[in-house]
Amino acid sequence: MVKLNINGKVHQVDVEPDMPLLWVLRDILKMTGTKYGCGVAQCGACTVHVNGEAMRSCSVPASVLEGKKITTIEGLAATKLHKVQQAWIDHEVPQCGYCQSGMIMAAVNLLEKKPKPTDADIDAAMSNICRCGTYVRVRAAIHAAAKA
Amino acid sequence: MNLNRVVTSRRHFLKTSAAVGGGLAIEFALPMQARGQAQGTAAQEVTAWILIHPDERVVVRVARSEMGQGSFTGLPMLVAEELQCDWKQVSAEYASTTEQMKRNRVWGSMSTGGSSSIRTSHEILRKAGATARQMLITAAAQNWGVPAIECVALNGVITHAASKRSTTFGRVADRAATLEAPKDVKLKDPKDWQLIGTSQKRFDIPDKVTGKQVYGIDVTLPNMLHASILQCPVFDGKVKSVDSSAAEKMRGVKQIVRLDNAVAVVADNWWRANQALKLLKVEWDEGANATVSSQSIMALLSDGLNDTAIPNAKKVGDVSAALAGAAQVMEAEYFTPYLNHATMEPQNCTAWVKGDKVEVWAPTQNAEAAVAEAAKALGVAPTQVEFHKMHLGGGFGRRGVLHDFVKLAVLVAKQVNTTTDVPVKLTWSREEDIKQGAYRPVSLYRMKAGLDAAGNVTAWHSRIAAPSIMLTFQPDRVRNGIDTNALGGFIDMPYTVANTQVDYSLKQPHVPVTFWRAVAHSQNPFARECFLDEMAQSNGKDPVEFRRALLKAGDKNLLVMEAAAKAAGWSVPLPVGVHRGIAVQDSYGSYAAAVIELSVSDQGEIDLKRVVVAVDPGYVVNPDSAKAQIESCVVYGLTAALYGEITIKEGRVEQSNFYDYPMLRINKMPKVEAVLVPTGGSTWGGLGEPPLSPLAPALCNAIFAATGQRIRSLPIKNHNLKKV
Repeated sequence: MVKLNINGKVHQVDVEPDMPLLWVLRDILKMTGTKYGCGVAQCGACTVHVNGEAMRSCSVPASVLEGKKITTIEGLAATKLHKVQQAWIDHEVPQCGYCQSGMIMAAVNLLEKKPKPTDADIDAAMSNICRCGTYVRVRAAIHAAAKA
Repeated sequence: MNLNRVVTSRRHFLKTSAAVGGGLAIEFALPMQARGQAQGTAAQEVTAWILIHPDERVVVRVARSEMGQGSFTGLPMLVAEELQCDWKQVSAEYASTTEQMKRNRVWGSMSTGGSSSIRTSHEILRKAGATARQMLITAAAQNWGVPAIECVALNGVITHAASKRSTTFGRVADRAATLEAPKDVKLKDPKDWQLIGTSQKRFDIPDKVTGKQVYGIDVTLPNMLHASILQCPVFDGKVKSVDSSAAEKMRGVKQIVRLDNAVAVVADNWWRANQALKLLKVEWDEGANATVSSQSIMALLSDGLNDTAIPNAKKVGDVSAALAGAAQVMEAEYFTPYLNHATMEPQNCTAWVKGDKVEVWAPTQNAEAAVAEAAKALGVAPTQVEFHKMHLGGGFGRRGVLHDFVKLAVLVAKQVNTTTDVPVKLTWSREEDIKQGAYRPVSLYRMKAGLDAAGNVTAWHSRIAAPSIMLTFQPDRVRNGIDTNALGGFIDMPYTVANTQVDYSLKQPHVPVTFWRAVAHSQNPFARECFLDEMAQSNGKDPVEFRRALLKAGDKNLLVMEAAAKAAGWSVPLPVGVHRGIAVQDSYGSYAAAVIELSVSDQGEIDLKRVVVAVDPGYVVNPDSAKAQIESCVVYGLTAALYGEITIKEGRVEQSNFYDYPMLRINKMPKVEAVLVPTGGSTWGGLGEPPLSPLAPALCNAIFAATGQRIRSLPIKNHNLKKV
């Protein structure tokens, strides 16, 4: 059994030691907001926070995360939208939206570390792939959230 | 028809509710909620497109798919403009594919491709809005006993000024729903539009920032099993034998399903299925295609260009004579590679086979085609398929005509042996998605032009060797060996050249091809607009001036070129080290021009500074969404030009994931300026694809300006660039 603290709630899951967190979230716990994009930590669609660090859940076994605080897109804002989510709405960032859970989780983590990020900071932190090409708006929305 | 049945039951409902509710006195006396209860709480269908709730909510049905382009909002805007409802009360829902079959295709085409959603349905949708408005007004007028012509509707309120009475859509919808739809309705003059042309928030965005949006890949059903699949890596190959002994022992594995050309593992979650899949030992019958390579395909295309007997798709004047008499003859070969769509959501489909019926959930650009594929795979009538269209995590043409993911899901689900029927969700790994695509065709171009002593173009001969998409999907569209779909941009070239000829050599390697965003207009402009730049540069002429001389006055290609050049400040010198290129291309009813500014470092690295794209789509419904589509095309087009390349070795795709099929990321993203110059008129153009067309040539023309190197084959990553 693996004991996971996800969005402030403890879940006990009976999974293999090497099952990545992504599949525990999606297929065991039915939390499908975190997306599968590549399975090899390339695209960032599966980004979650582990103890305040952005992490690609497709490439982290759930078993090594016991005792750590995991936050997913579902837990980002329990009652009120996070300022990043609000900026995303204000700037109409998502198109197909599939990569945006990961994009938002990466942006939130960036702002936690650098409340006033420069364009270079954004370039370094936001390596997520978006095929619809929302990058221009992602950048604008991060700057807007930094001011909010 | 079921349509009649629905109407009949509604009439019955009206009679009942009128008897119970006691008519209009109550309508005015009670507060909104109670009114709703008095009249019944059911939403009323006022035309097949519009549902009106007693509490004034208006639901507009959308036949086309939402894949990020904004149709789920833009299409309802067209309806609401004429309906004269309160936009704040409007939401959207997909028209049911099952009802579409039962009701004789009442919603028309469900196909979402060719940048067509708005341009091919704006009239029917505006008419639906106007029709419903007329029916609502008539219902109110009948209630009041006044002529309908004396009543007006605005923001969901119907008013009869003379008697100072007013009511709302929600209050008269039940009566309106029983009325005969008027045959002819007058549409507003575009100058009177109040909603169309204003930026409205997209309906689908809030759920996309909270993780609540359910895509096809997120479908979760009770007792659902998961499948991962491995198809023969050589297209058209077959399974010879499977050793699944190791896979079967894996935890959670329920079954190994063997198909003609693929093997799937079905398990209790997808990771387990995919891990077990990797343990299968499959022997393939790879067939005759196992020796095909990118080199052999190139040789095939080259043979096509050298074949003097290939057909003419267009012939004006006498190219040979004009070339013979030209002061200058230029010749160049261009090449564009196969491309995968790489939707962020890998291909997937959930199927639940129940005897001779099947329930299917899938992200698709064409629900009816998905139903047809499921029915065919199962050998049943389409009416046996209950289909749930899911929002798409990207489409770009991959999920338009081809529904291989639906077919495979249905075939796998059919074979699953469980005591009760269970749904099976088939999800392709990213590797499978890259290797088992249907690709943007390769193409090889031989361009030949003749110029006179003054540098005027007198002859242009284009020879194109490429696979045909239509040969696969609509072979009757290939006539005399010519697929005109592959020749867009050449056979309809806007430039005035007295002698032009376009020849086409259809060469069909085994690699499957399909529509990829902008289709031939994603690749043909690269050859056309770069070769034109070659002509201008070799004569020391400014590329904008050179094109201007070749474009007819009034041509919208000229208009968008001027708009892009003006917005980019074409006549203003750039800072030292910064260079620019321009290109123009019309497609799907729209006209687009791009100017790209960049610099190239001493190490040959491209620094993209700025992209200006001007588009004339005729009309713009939701300007912010339109700009987003331009931004989207910039990224998709730049990614393809810089990095995009699917290569073939031993009959199979060499690439497998984003590390070897790379994507543009935010750190390389230039500034984008989207310039909308809608000129109205009778043509409505698309926006999902046209802005992509000028990207690759504008980029390569800018690279030439920066380095003097002429990129004639894509992607750019294969070239060693050097600063001038």
